Amino acid sequence: MFTPEMLESIKKVEATRPERMGMEPRRMTAEEKDTLLKAYHPDYKADGFAEIKVGPNKGQKAPAELSTLLHSNSRLLGADIDLNKIDYDVDVLVIGGGGAGSSAAIEAHEAGANVMIVTKLRIGDANTMMAEGGIQAADKENDSPVQHYLDAFGGGHFAARPELLRRLVMEAPDAIQWLNRLGVMFDKDENGRMITTHGGGTSRKRMHACKDYSGAEIMRTLRDEVLNRGIPVVEFTSAVELIKDDKGQVAGAVLLNMETDDYLVARAKTVIIATGGAGRLHYQGFPTSNHYGATADGLILGYRAGAPLLYQDTIQYHPTGVAYPSQIYGALVTEKVRSLGAMLVNVDGEAFMHPLETRDVAAASIIRECSDRGKGVTTPLGTGVWLDTPMIEMIGGPGTIEKRIPAMLRMYLNYDIDMRKQPILVYPTLHYQNGGLEIGGDGFTKAIGNLLVAGEAVGGIHGRNRLMGNSLLDIIVFGRNAGKAAARKAKETELGALNLDHIQAYAGELEAAGLHTGSVSPLLLPDYARHER
Amino acid sequence: MENMVNVYFYGKKYSVPADLTIMTAMEYAGYTLKRGCGCRHGFCGACATIYRIKGKNELKACLACQTQVQEGMYVASIPFFPTDKRVYDINEIKPAQQIMMELYPEIYSCIGCNACTKACTQDLNVMQYIAYAQRGEFEKCAEESFDCVGCGCCSVRCPAGISHPMVGLLARRLTGKYIAPESEHLNNRVEEIHSGAFDDLIQQIMAKPLAELQELYNNREIEK
Repeated sequence: MFTPEMLESIKKVEATRPERMGMEPRRMTAEEKDTLLKAYHPDYKADGFAEIKVGPNKGQKAPAELSTLLHSNSRLLGADIDLNKIDYDVDVLVIGGGGAGSSAAIEAHEAGANVMIVTKLRIGDANTMMAEGGIQAADKENDSPVQHYLDAFGGGHFAARPELLRRLVMEAPDAIQWLNRLGVMFDKDENGRMITTHGGGTSRKRMHACKDYSGAEIMRTLRDEVLNRGIPVVEFTSAVELIKDDKGQVAGAVLLNMETDDYLVARAKTVIIATGGAGRLHYQGFPTSNHYGATADGLILGYRAGAPLLYQDTIQYHPTGVAYPSQIYGALVTEKVRSLGAMLVNVDGEAFMHPLETRDVAAASIIRECSDRGKGVTTPLGTGVWLDTPMIEMIGGPGTIEKRIPAMLRMYLNYDIDMRKQPILVYPTLHYQNGGLEIGGDGFTKAIGNLLVAGEAVGGIHGRNRLMGNSLLDIIVFGRNAGKAAARKAKETELGALNLDHIQAYAGELEAAGLHTGSVSPLLLPDYARHER
Repeated sequence: MENMVNVYFYGKKYSVPADLTIMTAMEYAGYTLKRGCGCRHGFCGACATIYRIKGKNELKACLACQTQVQEGMYVASIPFFPTDKRVYDINEIKPAQQIMMELYPEIYSCIGCNACTKACTQDLNVMQYIAYAQRGEFEKCAEESFDCVGCGCCSVRCPAGISHPMVGLLARRLTGKYIAPESEHLNNRVEEIHSGAFDDLIQQIMAKPLAELQELYNNREIEK
């Protein structure tokens, strides 16, 4: 189903393939990477950002779309919500039903807390479900948590919060064991050794996987466990504002039934924000690999209640999103495709970079190839470069693609593209929010003592770039930790009188700054419906 | 002028660009999706959909996000289906044949019509994995059902009322926990960490000055 121009270019890719098979492209030096990022990475594009004018991060920049949401008022401003009519009364309220939220709920339940999950779509409708490539953990003999720390710290440009990164790498093997004992089917050999590969920027092969359904396998197992335990899950119900008390603590959330538009009140002694990412805000017009509900809701709720953000200006663009065909534009092509041997190749069949540079470097390199260098392949929606997938079958033997990356094979076969025989076209896609709400090593926000954050909504675990396989890891490690910590904290928390005064105060700040966006936040769902009038 | 096709959402006709998926075509038509829309990339099973092409008899099942529109397509989404998940304690159950009889006895009422397999949006051999489950061959059931996204189209079509995705999920959890061999290297590493073997080392690297960390990072030996 390729165009004639694409087919011409494929001939060149095929012509250089035998020569490329034996060689490994040079890795860039630290200076080369630095120069490349500054010139081509979207994080350095000034007009994609706007200054935050109110709140704890006032004066810092954020993606323009996020700033607009931060500069908007609550939909509850002026609404008459009776906080004395309590619909749900729990110890621990988990906002978000993805991997972090589910892990948190399981651990809070295990600790004996009365916990519930509220989620605006279904439990499992989350970026976790779509993570394909794998999950890192230093559990092989030639590896160690210290090596994992170094890889992640350097890959994140030495900006990660050390106490968070320490938890991530030190609790990684335990996270894998926990998942395995819940019944997650990791790829293993006949002796039980985990089959592990490299990801971009790793120095040891520590990527554990469940074919290319790694996140799906983890998510469906966690969901099943939540349901087995009888933990209440309130679906199609969105948290639209945190409730506070007269002691400055959080005290629950106001919920919105997405189908009836009715408001509900959930009171809780501790609250965990596990709302995930922001891909559906389409920063700088990028397509996204993210879930429909990835609209940064938790960041807005937390920020309005007084919790600061960290690294809200750094976004991960996954280097290999689908560039063609248009029906799956922006969908993720897992990094595992490169781990298994596929090279990035330009329109002339040249391997223009090492395929396993970190994601920010790889994305910037592809953007350079397609822009200033003019070596991209034209597609109906833009441009792209080749990911030379037939190499995988040549390196790993026939059948490798079907066995190791069946989801990718299936996705392309739907559109009559057989990636075993022909390369595929890719271009960076908006993938991950490196920044988010700031937490301490214990999982709590520093501003509000009984508010926790876990998963993609956290900022600082990875620094300014995240390595493949460290996100599935962080949702488990920080999700579990948040659940345990929230259950403990709930025992010693006495709530005062509930109020929503912070909404009014925030409105005052917006007014004083002269901000009138004309919309309310959080967004809840992206606006994709086309209306002719 | 774009190449347009006529499609029917719940029987109502809309003219939409031919290169859209069913999901994006609904949005083009003006729908704001709440139910029936999830990951939008074929992994979550939220957008189970059935359709028939006008003038043809065959009823097809698909994921709305992964299927291109066609001329004369009559579409209905199935945003929720009451699949019947049974609860159990993963630490108490054992991978023995009777567990299926206890939790999902209806699988033994399968009449072999193969409607489940025909309905599968992932082209899995659903009836085969149910057969494996009946015989207590959990590992085979797990492997055969592994790519299931839980959309439930199989269950919609089943005359025996089987909740196939739940059966596959149980088989996979049993396989992952009890049948697949233990990872000795993993258990060893967890023990080492718990015994404090890396506490000093991690403390040391956290305390290193930036320049030294950069030096270490830029000169890492990378495993081949």
